[in-house]
Amino acid sequence: MPQYKLFIVSLLAVFLTSCATPSIPDPDPTDDTPTNGTDTDANDDGGLGAGEPVPYDPYAGELTNIIYFEFDSSELRPADTDVVARHAVQLAGNSILRVRLEGHADERGSREYNIGLGERRSQTVRRMLLIQGASISQISTVSFGEERPAAMGSSEADYAQNRRVEILYTD
Amino acid sequence: MHRFAISVFFLLLVSMPLGSARAELDIEITQGAGHRTPVAVVPFGWVGNASDVPLDIAEVISNDLTRSGRFAPIAIRDMLQKPTEGVKVDFDDWSILGVEAVIIGRVTQTGANAYKVQFQLFDVFGRDQLVGYSMPASRGTMRRIAHRAADMIYEKLTGIKGVFDTKVAYVTAQLRAGKQYYSLVVSDQDGENEHTIMESTDPIMSPAWSPDSRRLAYVSFEGNKSSVFVQTLRTGNRSQVSNKAGINGAPSFSPDGRKLVVTLGGIDGNLDIYVLDINSRQTRRLTTHRAIDTEGSWSPDGRYIYFTSDRSGGPQIYRVSTNGGSVERITYEGSYNARPRLSPDGLKLAMVHNDRGNYRIAVMDMERDDLLILSTGRQDESPSFAPNSDTLIYATRQGRDGVLETVSADGLIRQRMASGQGDVREPVWSPYQRF
Repeated sequence: MPQYKLFIVSLLAVFLTSCATPSIPDPDPTDDTPTNGTDTDANDDGGLGAGEPVPYDPYAGELTNIIYFEFDSSELRPADTDVVARHAVQLAGNSILRVRLEGHADERGSREYNIGLGERRSQTVRRMLLIQGASISQISTVSFGEERPAAMGSSEADYAQNRRVEILYTD
Repeated sequence: MHRFAISVFFLLLVSMPLGSARAELDIEITQGAGHRTPVAVVPFGWVGNASDVPLDIAEVISNDLTRSGRFAPIAIRDMLQKPTEGVKVDFDDWSILGVEAVIIGRVTQTGANAYKVQFQLFDVFGRDQLVGYSMPASRGTMRRIAHRAADMIYEKLTGIKGVFDTKVAYVTAQLRAGKQYYSLVVSDQDGENEHTIMESTDPIMSPAWSPDSRRLAYVSFEGNKSSVFVQTLRTGNRSQVSNKAGINGAPSFSPDGRKLVVTLGGIDGNLDIYVLDINSRQTRRLTTHRAIDTEGSWSPDGRYIYFTSDRSGGPQIYRVSTNGGSVERITYEGSYNARPRLSPDGLKLAMVHNDRGNYRIAVMDMERDDLLILSTGRQDESPSFAPNSDTLIYATRQGRDGVLETVSADGLIRQRMASGQGDVREPVWSPYQRF
């Protein structure tokens, strides 16, 4: 089962690598889409042309530092692959940056085994960052297992808050 | 420092072979029903300065016997006589009360801080002394002497070695002024005499006793990184014995006290089982699987390491020879079995077992291969055997907080140690104490 999971992760990584370019915001200088409204005066159409197109930015908003996981899973949710990709871009673009990946588990089950589950989640994120250009020296991992819960309760919602990896910039 | 308020309750588990229905009844056992033998612990005599009366030894013995769940000491006010010498014991008086055994004794002052504690145990029906003993004591050792006396009495009456003169280590987590504090605490097994031996704002985990009960190994996250420490209780000196890249966790001492089995993860986070020589700090790798291998613990004979691995999917218990070699799966019952701990006599294996969605303490009989579920909570963890192999301690939940419970290995006798404050977890029972 773990080998199987790893295989899935690797597949996903290959997929991500292959589609990394289009998914990273990179203003293309050759882009000739009719954009700016600076020359709208030249062809006055009653102000109708005085607009600006809104580019689609999948990374709009603040980049989250917390990745959540499903029960008994260390695989990234599809929506989070973009988030991790964006952190990878930041790290790859600035070799001075350092991150510590803190893996966490919910409280169910044995404590030391949960340390293992938290670490498995950190490593998923680490592998994604490495594949997408971050370097080994930029990343450290630690697993707190169930020892540092984000939510103190014992409901499913609390558990969902606690199964996470926090991406912490330390430098 | 908080004191444990001990509330005792008994639970009668009617255990049947697995697969059949299991009746669980919360029964407070009264005399007879659960073979709680009526005994009398007569207040001890005192020979010394009236102003210098030391510990009430009879009370300590009486409390020990009561908490064992096997004895019902009668009230002092019901006693027809209160002898402090063997020749004064009137067996007829005790027979009338239905008392089966009488314990008497006295404490004699022999110096400024020197005492002699003498006790005698009598069989009322046999009209004979079963055991009598005299021990030197100081004010500092008086409580231990009382527990030792209780151990001798308990063993004589039940045939099972007493564990009253033992300790328990555990971890507490408390919120103080908005900050989480983790403490490693050692107390007597009855919750008295608590000492915090280490405190940190970073998590502390996985305490483990050395076989001579003088040191504790544990995991600390100080500096946002896990490392393994070994701390000597008497001096408080501690040394960091494992601080490699990645996870350093799950320490457990070898029977000779010179090595630890630990879990190391390395930079790539592949948790495997290693043996660490405490003096040389050299490590030897025992497992190489890419699954999580962790929670190693030594078999009492030193031949095997039992550990948790999810190499088959969910966590199950496996063992590997301490010389390395092939890995053998031990548990097949259920989808989740973790944190193996063998009883000191090697006959039983305690674990955390998922019982229809509830995490419970279970014990596997190593010869018959059957599993007995001992606890009744939803989130029970960290089973640890007493050195007599007859009782276990583990952590369970009371509301949000973790509390400790003990249970006899047959599931019949249970008691809760409710902490006054904070979350108490990861209890580990000490080996027998040395004098």
